[in-house]
Amino acid sequence: MSGVKRIAGRGVAVQRSDVDTDQIIPAAWLKKVERTGFGAGLFEAWRADPQFALNQPGADQARVLLSGPNFGCGSSREHAVWALQDYGFQAVVAPSFADIFRGNAIGSGLVPAQVSEEAAARMFDALAADPDSEVVVDVAARTVSVGPGVTETFELADYAQWRLLEGLDDIGLTLQHEDAIAAYEGQRNRWLPALSG
Amino acid sequence: MTARLFDKVWDRHVVASPAGEPALLFIDLHLVHEVTSPQAFEGLELAGRKVRRPDLTLATMDHDVPTIGLDKPIADPLAAEQIERLKRNCAEHGVTLHALGSIEQGIVHVIGPQLGLTQPGMTIVCGDSHTSTHGAFGALAFGIGTSEVEHVLATQTLRQVKPKAMAVTVDGELPPECTAKDLVLGIIRALGVGGGAGSVIEYRGEAIRKLSMEGRMTVCNMSIEGGARAGMIAPDDTTIAYLEGRKHSPRGQEWERAVADWQSLVTDEGAVFDQEITIDAGAVRPAITWGTNPAQSVSIDDVIPEPSAQGSVAARQAAERALTYMNLKPGTAIRDVSVDAVFIGSCTNGRIEDLRAAADVVRGRKVHAGVRALVVPGSARVKAQAEEEGLDQHFTAAGFEWRSAGCSMCLGMNGDILMPGQRSASTSNRNFEGRQGPGGRTHLVSPAVAAATAVAGHFTLPGDLS
Repeated sequence: MSGVKRIAGRGVAVQRSDVDTDQIIPAAWLKKVERTGFGAGLFEAWRADPQFALNQPGADQARVLLSGPNFGCGSSREHAVWALQDYGFQAVVAPSFADIFRGNAIGSGLVPAQVSEEAAARMFDALAADPDSEVVVDVAARTVSVGPGVTETFELADYAQWRLLEGLDDIGLTLQHEDAIAAYEGQRNRWLPALSG
Repeated sequence: MTARLFDKVWDRHVVASPAGEPALLFIDLHLVHEVTSPQAFEGLELAGRKVRRPDLTLATMDHDVPTIGLDKPIADPLAAEQIERLKRNCAEHGVTLHALGSIEQGIVHVIGPQLGLTQPGMTIVCGDSHTSTHGAFGALAFGIGTSEVEHVLATQTLRQVKPKAMAVTVDGELPPECTAKDLVLGIIRALGVGGGAGSVIEYRGEAIRKLSMEGRMTVCNMSIEGGARAGMIAPDDTTIAYLEGRKHSPRGQEWERAVADWQSLVTDEGAVFDQEITIDAGAVRPAITWGTNPAQSVSIDDVIPEPSAQGSVAARQAAERALTYMNLKPGTAIRDVSVDAVFIGSCTNGRIEDLRAAADVVRGRKVHAGVRALVVPGSARVKAQAEEEGLDQHFTAAGFEWRSAGCSMCLGMNGDILMPGQRSASTSNRNFEGRQGPGGRTHLVSPAVAAATAVAGHFTLPGDLS
């Protein structure tokens, strides 16, 4: 996975709270065994409405999604992240994220940029005033801007920022602790269950 | 130094704490199913890695398996391929698989406890958000994404930032007509759909202690619907009695050692939580959701609420959208809302106690004309046990469809779905838009209320039936 430093492009606003993963990618799509091809299912039900944000001109060029608090609540399906990425999004900006979604996003290289409610409101307004505004997410500086007028800081834990910037492989990092894992395995309680395989 | 139950379980699993990085936690049990694992196995193979601990990994099929006609080939080619892929992956990597047709097959969160694999003090993960169910035993159990599934397959560890600890204390006694489902829906209403984010909840208090293991699993199962990372309940005599003699429970001297250890897994006197809320069990009423997230619920005695009664602008807008989607008008009595379908099952309410409660209600009664009613046991063993007790006879005589084990209409992956515009009373865990099928409208209820509603054709309590 390559690192992500700066994202610039169109923004799309889905101004709702508690956007759940069943909306982001409905369960019928989870039968695929690949990581790709989920973009067509992104917000499938809501896209039936011609007024929906993704049906507006230029939405297919969008790189940044703006949404409300508790984005990505519900199921653990990483397919929600893959669907956003497959559609073209590289960052989601929201006042808060569901825990599992945030972890999945960081693991897959989608930037979960957490802003204050007030900052989100200013960005929604700016994007509504000019839907052609360039939205820039600067991962190194932890800022997001909408057009020339609005620049806000976002929260992203140091480790997550490092992971995203460097595009690191978590498993590779963990395997550097092989000795510690093996030592731990040697001292586990004997009654703990194991399967015979 | 005082510690909380959560700290005790967390601390004993820390393999390494690299500076500036999340802790590396050892995972005692990794549960795997067909839907969130194929890409993980593929990633593992592409990197030339192996499953580190097949002996701590258990797979089953639940999410998109058919619950009818198991003797025939799976009709859905995508589901069939996913199931084949799981079989191949498990065979190649030496992972135990309880496949469709096996007596041990079932919903992943039903079979773990049933086999005695879920024990106090363990860390348990699965690529499914309802992994929180296993916290009922005092385990730290949470859902993970597919990249993390791959990480656990390869390393038997996870990188985790330690969540905060929240206490939800439920004092007093639940009214006789209320169940664990009503309690947890009430807790989520108080907490809000994202109120538990970043936290592990410990459920405590008299009403929690009085719950059976099945009831505790229902409560912990829905922790994620309040946004919490996990839910936990300290092990006690009820836990120990449940575990004794199960297939994977310790035996002999190891049992004695294990029980002594489990009894130490309690929050110390005087330990402080990052957040605490208290619920009066006596004030809980049979609950029913009216909206499109699990926090949007009222009591069966209530009316559909006015959006203007919601606290914030965002909550009001969400309520308005939800009522439009649900095709409900504020002020309508919940009891006057009729249903097209009733679903009894899922990892929330698909255990034997749930089926007994529902069967008690339908015994000698008939499903209302025009209502489609399904019972889908949580596991093949639950199904067999129910048949031994004759519960299936009560259901089928009443007009319910008696199915085989799986997730079924909880998420509608296997063809058990609502048609657009149809309304269900469902014992599952999510009432999100389209959750049970595109355009479907879901109301979450307890098994007893679901059964009574199937008979009456509209929402009602068992006590209201003639």
